[in-house]
Order: sequence, then C-alpha cells, then structure tokens
Amino acid sequence: MSATDTPAGLPAPASPDTASRSPWGEMLHSLLRSGTFLTGLFILLFWVVCALFGQYFVPYDPLASDIINALTPPAADHWFGTDQLGRDVFSRVIVGSRDILTVAPLATILATIAGTALGLLIGYFRGIVDDIVSRVLEAFMAIPVVIIALLAIVALGTSKVTVIVVIGLSFAPIIARTVRSAVLAERELDYVAAAKLRHEGALHTMFVEILPNVIPPILVETTVRLGYAIFAVATLSFMGFGIQPPSPDWGLSISSNYGMIGGGFWWTVLFDALAIASLVIGVNLVADGVHGAFND
Amino acid sequence: MVFLGGQVLPGNVGRAILGPFADQRAVDALNHSLGVDRPLLVQYGSWIWNFLHGDMGTSYVFRAPVAPFVVDALGNSMKLALVAFVLVVPIGIFGGVIAALNFNRPLDRIISLGGLSVTVLPEFVTGIILILIFGVWLRWLPIAAAWPKGAGFFTQLYYLILPSLPLFLVLFGYIARMARSGMIEALDSDYTRTAVLKGLPWRTVIWRHVLRNALLPTITVIATQTGYLIGGLVVIETLFRYQGIGSLIFTAARGKDFPMLEAGILTIGIVYAVATLVADFLYSVLNPRIRLGAEQ
Repeated sequence: MSATDTPAGLPAPASPDTASRSPWGEMLHSLLRSGTFLTGLFILLFWVVCALFGQYFVPYDPLASDIINALTPPAADHWFGTDQLGRDVFSRVIVGSRDILTVAPLATILATIAGTALGLLIGYFRGIVDDIVSRVLEAFMAIPVVIIALLAIVALGTSKVTVIVVIGLSFAPIIARTVRSAVLAERELDYVAAAKLRHEGALHTMFVEILPNVIPPILVETTVRLGYAIFAVATLSFMGFGIQPPSPDWGLSISSNYGMIGGGFWWTVLFDALAIASLVIGVNLVADGVHGAFND
Repeated sequence: MVFLGGQVLPGNVGRAILGPFADQRAVDALNHSLGVDRPLLVQYGSWIWNFLHGDMGTSYVFRAPVAPFVVDALGNSMKLALVAFVLVVPIGIFGGVIAALNFNRPLDRIISLGGLSVTVLPEFVTGIILILIFGVWLRWLPIAAAWPKGAGFFTQLYYLILPSLPLFLVLFGYIARMARSGMIEALDSDYTRTAVLKGLPWRTVIWRHVLRNALLPTITVIATQTGYLIGGLVVIETLFRYQGIGSLIFTAARGKDFPMLEAGILTIGIVYAVATLVADFLYSVLNPRIRLGAEQ
C-alpha cells in the first residue's frame, strides 16, 4: 500500500491532498471503491437494522401463535406464510436476526481478544513457550468446532453465554496463529530493538509497541472469523445446542420445521435458510473487501 | 507439522473428554455404579486399555456394548464420506484447473466466486435448499438417507446422493481454490516457460509439467478437510436422519450417554490421525523431492 498505488486525480472526501493521506485513510478509500465490500456491507447493515428495529416494523408479533391459520402458504396477509403454530414467518425471519447478530459478534470479539493476547505472547517470547502452546493450539484446531461445542455444552448446559464462550475460545487459536506470525516479523524491526534498549517491559513492548503495527492482519482475521462465527452459531442452533426457544432464530426455526418438509411446507424453512445464506455471504464479502484493501 | 498434529490428537481428544466430564461422571457414578469412584486417572487408563482391546464400554441408554453401534455407524459414515469425496476430488480439481487456465476471465470469476459462496454456507442451509429443490419440488431424490433394509449398492448410492451434496459443495470451494492457486503458481514458473519454449505441445506441458506440481498442495488440503468433514457429518447426518458416527455422537450427547459419546469421539480422533498419516504418505509418494531427501 505505497503512495504510488493511489490513483492520481481522485480527491478524497476528507483531504484533497492524496499524498498526505494516512494509511488508514487510504485503506478506507480503497474499501469504499470496492464493490465486493459495499455489497457485503449493504447486506450486513440490512440485517443489523432488522435486528435492532425489526420488532417495531414487522406486521405481526413473531411469537404470537394463531393455530387456526397454521401452515398457510405465502399470501397477501402473510407474505412468507405461517408456521405450524400459525406464527407469521416474515416477522420471524426479520426479528430472527437479533440473537445470531448478538451471539456471533460477541464470540468473535472474545476470540479476537484472547487470540491476540495469546499470539502476542507466543510470538514475542518464542522458544519453548511458543513450541508448547503452538502444539496445543494445533491439536485444538484439528477438532471440529461442532464437536468441541457439543462436548462443552453437554458439560456446561445450554445458554447463550456457553455458546459465546465455546465459539470464542475455539476460534482464539486461529487468531493467535495469525497474530503470532505477524509478531514474528515485527519483533525483528528496529523500533522493537529501540524499545528494548529503553528498558521497556515485555508487556509494554508487546501491547504498546507491537500491537498497533499488527492491527491490519488482526482486523482481516476478525472479519473472516465473524463469518465462521455466524456459521457456527447457526449450526449449533440448528442442532439444538445454540439459541433456545422461543427465539425466532433462523437455525432454530429450521430445526423445528424441517421435519415437515416432506409434506411440502417449504415456506417454513426456505426463508430462514435464505436469511442465513445472505448474512453469511454478506459478512464474507465484507471480509473479502477488507482483506483486499490491506493487501493491495 | 501436520504429522505432529495428527500424533498429538488422539491423546488430546481423550483428555478433552476427561476434562469436561469429570464432574458429570462422578454424578453418574451414583446411578450407574460403573466403578467411577476410582481415581480419574485409573479410570481413564483402564478405559483406554479396554478400548485398545476392542471393549468400548457399555451404553447407558441401550444397556448394550457400545462397540457394535460405533462400528456400524462408522461404516455408514464412511459410505457417505466416500460418496462425497469421490464426487468432489476430481470435480474440485477440475474446476480449479479450468479456473486457473482461464485466469481472470469470466469463467474463472464464476468458478472462484461460486465456489467461495457455497463453501461459506452452513451445511444444513445448503442441505435444506437442496432437499427443497430435488426432494420436494422435483421429487428426483429421497429426502431421508435411510434406505430400505437389504438395499443393493445402487439403491444405497441413490439414497446417498442428496446427503453428500452439501458436503460436496463445502469441499468443492476449498479444493478448487487450492488447485487454482497451485496451477497459477505452476503456470507462472520457470520450468513451465522452459517446457513451452522447447516446443512441447501445450497439452503435454499441462499434464506432465504443470499438474504434477500444482496438485501437491491440494492433496494436503484434502487431508486437512477430513477434520472438517467429520464436523459436517454431524450436521448432515442429523438433517438426513442417517445412522452414522456424527448422528451417533449427537444422539449420545443429547442423551448424556457418555460411554457412547467417548467411544464415538475417540474413534473419529483415530480416523483423523490415520487420514493425516495417509496424506503425509501420499504427499511423499507424489513428491520425489521429499522421498529422496528422506533416503539420504
């Protein structure tokens, strides 16, 4: 991302002087010109708005059942039809974004904090600490998240907190590995040597000197992980180990309705499936855009 | 590193099982008087010892030895995984190769973006959509994977197509991406240029010079996907009501059937380790450089 890569004659909104733009401003600039990123951001924002304000504009209460009108196909008064309890599928799909958009980002934040701290530690100290911790992390990464989650949830019981902790901790090693390799490159640079010569403590060097310089890979990894966190939360909810009833969560709705799929009640599952698909793809487009902006 | 991970894993799975269940087991001891009042390490040791001798313990739920259940389930899962692998490996590699040969042209974009989008979707989401399309609307394929008793090979295969498709989609993206980047790198290399310049036909260059080098990293990816595949099996087998190792673990976890759960998880740990070893072996067979290095 050198200054010569910036196309001339494109004035930035904030500062007209292209040459003096900070690396962050330059990154933002290239993000806003990336179609992938903007498409993803649009999808993501749509679901965030639904999660925050959906309950105020949906036509029906997503939890109110109306047994007489159960399993009606999509029509004018129920756009997406109704489920087996007569609940409006459209309202449920809109409001169903809330739980997954709370749990998945919190899990990602937890993973980022834990993974960054761990990665800084093993990258900075290297040696035996690195060897031992890295092997343990590798072993953890080899076990599928679904299996880890299954075990943890059987042992600890089902709750949103368990799901956040399980996904957060199982993603932390992956972030730690990314941070570690970034730190390994940074620690050989002059400014780290300077900090050591000033007799700065190890913690100061790690968190004040090195951390700001490894933010870009962390940011990329975090957006990628968010996509996987949504994947994992949806899957766990579908398996009955994630978000619990009566939430209109998408994965949960699919798991309670897919048994009737053979009867032709496609509308009870299709819209939830498409909602998950759009959200996951949206986040991945954002991640792809962020990745591109940092690696141009 | 992959080899080391595979070596560490089985022991680690055992430890992972023992850790979270320590309390639960002690509680269950009262109900089942399974001799769990012995120190945990002794229990663990004798459990491993019995496992190695083919005795996997007795199921709490079925009141019968676990081993036959696990063996049956593993057989079923292998059938499903095999169908998915047999479909995805050639098609994925082919897709990646085609994409690389059309680098940055529309066909490449379609394969890369399409592969990436289906890879990031949770299996149960693609599963539901595929069930709706092929099972409910077109009625081409059965929506559950349970074939009639005594069904022949082709009937079984027919029932396994739909469940293997979601696994196929997820793996396709990974394999195609690796094959594509391997191809692009190989096409760009000096030995390819040499081969072209010395007048070899393009077809010979691709088959003899490019493919062999390009596919090496792909093999590693295919092997590391075994871990993922096992996680995916848990979801797919639940969705399609298929009696495999994934649904065995899932049912055991829900019913708190710990001997079954432990046996299931240790089994997949072993499968994973074996798959990793096989991949290492294949890699060295296909890469003469490594093989020669080892002999010297």
